[in-house]
Amino acid sequence: MTRIRATVDGVVYDDDVEPRLLLVHYLRDRLGRTGTPVGCDTSNCGACTVHLDGKAVKSCSVLAVQADGHEVTTIQGLASDGQWHPLQKAFHERHALQCGYCTPGMIMAAADLLRDNPNPDEDAIREGIEGNLCRCTGYQHIVDAIQQASGEMSGVTAR
Amino acid sequence: MSEIDPGAVALEAADQISEPDATPEVGRRRLRKEDAKLVTGQTQWTDNIQFAGMLHMAVLRSPMAHAKVTRVDVSPALQQPGVIAAYSGRDFADEQGSLPCAWPVTPDMKLPAHPPLAVDEVRYVGDAVAVVVARDRYAAADALESIEVDYEPLPAVVDMEAALADNAPLVHSDLGTNRCFTWPFTGGDDYDAVKAKADVVVTRRFVQQRLIPTAMEPRAVVVAPLPASGEFTVYSATQIPHVLKLMLAMVTAIPEQKLRVIAPDVGGGFGSKLNVYAEEVLTLLIARRLGRPIKWTESRSEGYQATIHGRDQIQDIEVAATKDGTLLGLKVELLADMGAYLQLVTPGVPLLGAFMFNAIYKMQAYSFTCHGVFTTKTPTDAYRGAGRPEATFAIERIMDELAVELGMDPMEVRRKNWITHDEFPFTTVAGLTYDSGNYEAATARAMELFGYDALRAEQAKRRESNDPVQLGIGISTFTEMCGLAPSRVLGSLSYGAGGWEAASIRMLPTGKVEVVTGSSPHGQGHVTAWSQIAADALGVPFEDVEVIHGDTRSSPMGMDTYGSRSLVVGGVAVHKACEKVIDKAKRVAAHLLEASEGDLDFNAGRFTVKGSPDAALSIQEVALATFAAHNLPEGIEPSLNSDFVMDPENFSFPHGTHLCAVEVDTETGFTTIRSYVCVDDIGKVINPTIVEGQVHGGLAQGIAQALYEEAVYDADGNLTTGSLVDYYVPTAADLPRFTTDRTETPATTNPLGVKGVGEAGTIASTPAVVNAVVDALRPFGVNDVAMPCSPQRVWQAIRSAANEGSAR
Repeated sequence: MTRIRATVDGVVYDDDVEPRLLLVHYLRDRLGRTGTPVGCDTSNCGACTVHLDGKAVKSCSVLAVQADGHEVTTIQGLASDGQWHPLQKAFHERHALQCGYCTPGMIMAAADLLRDNPNPDEDAIREGIEGNLCRCTGYQHIVDAIQQASGEMSGVTAR
Repeated sequence: MSEIDPGAVALEAADQISEPDATPEVGRRRLRKEDAKLVTGQTQWTDNIQFAGMLHMAVLRSPMAHAKVTRVDVSPALQQPGVIAAYSGRDFADEQGSLPCAWPVTPDMKLPAHPPLAVDEVRYVGDAVAVVVARDRYAAADALESIEVDYEPLPAVVDMEAALADNAPLVHSDLGTNRCFTWPFTGGDDYDAVKAKADVVVTRRFVQQRLIPTAMEPRAVVVAPLPASGEFTVYSATQIPHVLKLMLAMVTAIPEQKLRVIAPDVGGGFGSKLNVYAEEVLTLLIARRLGRPIKWTESRSEGYQATIHGRDQIQDIEVAATKDGTLLGLKVELLADMGAYLQLVTPGVPLLGAFMFNAIYKMQAYSFTCHGVFTTKTPTDAYRGAGRPEATFAIERIMDELAVELGMDPMEVRRKNWITHDEFPFTTVAGLTYDSGNYEAATARAMELFGYDALRAEQAKRRESNDPVQLGIGISTFTEMCGLAPSRVLGSLSYGAGGWEAASIRMLPTGKVEVVTGSSPHGQGHVTAWSQIAADALGVPFEDVEVIHGDTRSSPMGMDTYGSRSLVVGGVAVHKACEKVIDKAKRVAAHLLEASEGDLDFNAGRFTVKGSPDAALSIQEVALATFAAHNLPEGIEPSLNSDFVMDPENFSFPHGTHLCAVEVDTETGFTTIRSYVCVDDIGKVINPTIVEGQVHGGLAQGIAQALYEEAVYDADGNLTTGSLVDYYVPTAADLPRFTTDRTETPATTNPLGVKGVGEAGTIASTPAVVNAVVDALRPFGVNDVAMPCSPQRVWQAIRSAANEGSAR
């Protein structure tokens, strides 16, 4: 067992974990942060994407011990002051989700994309979320939602 | 929004009713009620569920496609840390029963025993051999490795045609054959007689590759037992909580009333969760044996072996026509791969296609035969469209081939043969009566949006200039049968249940409404759409409606969600149940208003007396008065609650015209979709935004079959595309922006005029894309490309056509 201290969605946790414990299982099974789901076992689907110190990572490919001393943000910590993040709002308004299983990871990946590139065009969005699979939407409304959020976040009228 | 303060109770509630919005809810682009929890991570997936003392099950699976199991020793696993129990098939041989197949398609169909845990023999890679139950998921997975199994290899049976050959090794030696069934069907005149009159006969073989549904949420099940009373609550990532409850009772002999099945939030299905799986039975049996809650969650790679696959057919199809392009007859011979066992509706899937090969076309004769074949592979079953995409692909592909044979434009050949809008209702050669449709209108709109003539002109230029990047145009004018299904028809096809759906309306004292539905959504937006239907029918605000589903205790009757049936059957049931509420409320209102029922009008939530505009009661006032029951008419029970069970009178027949333009780089074989236009006619629409989402997702899956996905087995029966690394599910970067539109020809067989949309995009798009790829390559002498049309396949098609050409 290894002692870790990690901040998850603003709360500091001290825990003893097996060195092999995946971050996503630490979040889900130990902390009850079940908003982040697991969609595969090969890091292809991106459903488990969270932010580690502000950068998107697939939490199935990070060990819990690697989060020691770091800050993790999940979909459950994305809203602030009771207000949804513009991406959460845009996914709702543009019907960018159906079953919603990929949504937490898709939103966290999109947030990282918009931090790197606040005004991506459609191709840049499509390439930017390549690491996140959705089986329901055909991606079109997801692209629309990310465009809308990018407009709102950079103060430009949504396209 | 009129939010009720919990402290403000019933008798004051009537004062708080907001004026109803006059805009009809049906047809409105309402944002989904489902989304708030999904975008904030407050979802309850099955794998989220935890109980005190819960144990985790892990499954040891066969690494061999076919083998005798001569020894299983689970005892080493029991020595591993955290392990509570471990079992082999022999430990459950007397109580595990056989997984159910509800569709014995012929009286002599071969139905093999299907034990949840293999006892003597394994028949596909992934067949369950033993289980471990441990205190956490890591401990369970670790302990699997210590279980000792001795296998005595038997020959794999991978290829369907080889499986049917004389002296082929048998998947089930006790059945004496690998032929599961042969199902013949004919319609109209004798095919051979009609063929004799034909000027042109076109014959093709198409292969529907095996696909893996890949719902984003892997399957999971949690069973919580209450040993004192013998009750069990089963939480499962399933599309079919009601069917599952019945089937688990039948398989395990646990009395039906002791079982409660809950489908919590379910992350997609596409048919893969329309089943009764070994792990659902095993967790239940182990929970009973140990008296403790048990959880099992599949890993993605495990699911690729253990969750059903789709498609996998070899289609020999022949059309006979006159030289002016008039179709005379159609003959289809199918081989359908069942896999190693029959799952819930495995043998019925190709039969759903039997009625769809003739599609939108008129003809004199139709002959169909399907052979179901056992192989040592993961069982197949329903995958989005289930039988209808396969049929639609074959007919739409061969219509293009017929056009080439005749030197006609492929749209012209279709137009010449389709049922015209003034011919509805039309009984097809396959015996179905299509109630309504307008293929001309959908096609005209699609051609306009697509710019068909301009693209043909560009294609001609590129052909002439030998452009290395060729343009191809693909057409698919599809229809489908959905809204499964009239119970009597299912009976005539030997299906084991009916096709009805149930709804209940609970009018609460405050005038708020609970809609209970037997449909079980997993992404389709039923909560929003059913709220819209009920809001209109009852005249209450959209926000005042709550929809309850997916729990056999709170929604006791249901046939669940698949086959684009939810709206057409379940949504209509909601509408009809609302009508019963209004009928009851009208009697109460008439009494309170001292008028005769016949003098009452009901509109937008208000009962008014004809000629006395001031005498009025809202539905909420009537609900409260009924609850109080102080002054009800003689003989009226104090409840407006109503139930309706809808058994549809016919299938519904959505249709549409899909047009695809691809650019194919003939030097690399790489295909890019340049534009995709579809105009679907799904009748009346409850929520256009939800419909667009359904169409987009369906297109993505259909395009995936055309260009990207294939489950591949090697000669030894190993699934070589056993994870998302090797099985290519398309990303956002692979797919184009779709142009979608609709025409609206209401269904005449239900009061909402709706037809269903869940499968339309998938059914229509695969042939549109492949027709486009082949069209691009016509100048090279290519007349088919096997799916998926990968760069390698396209390049090889060009090369082999060139070789054939030079050999001639």
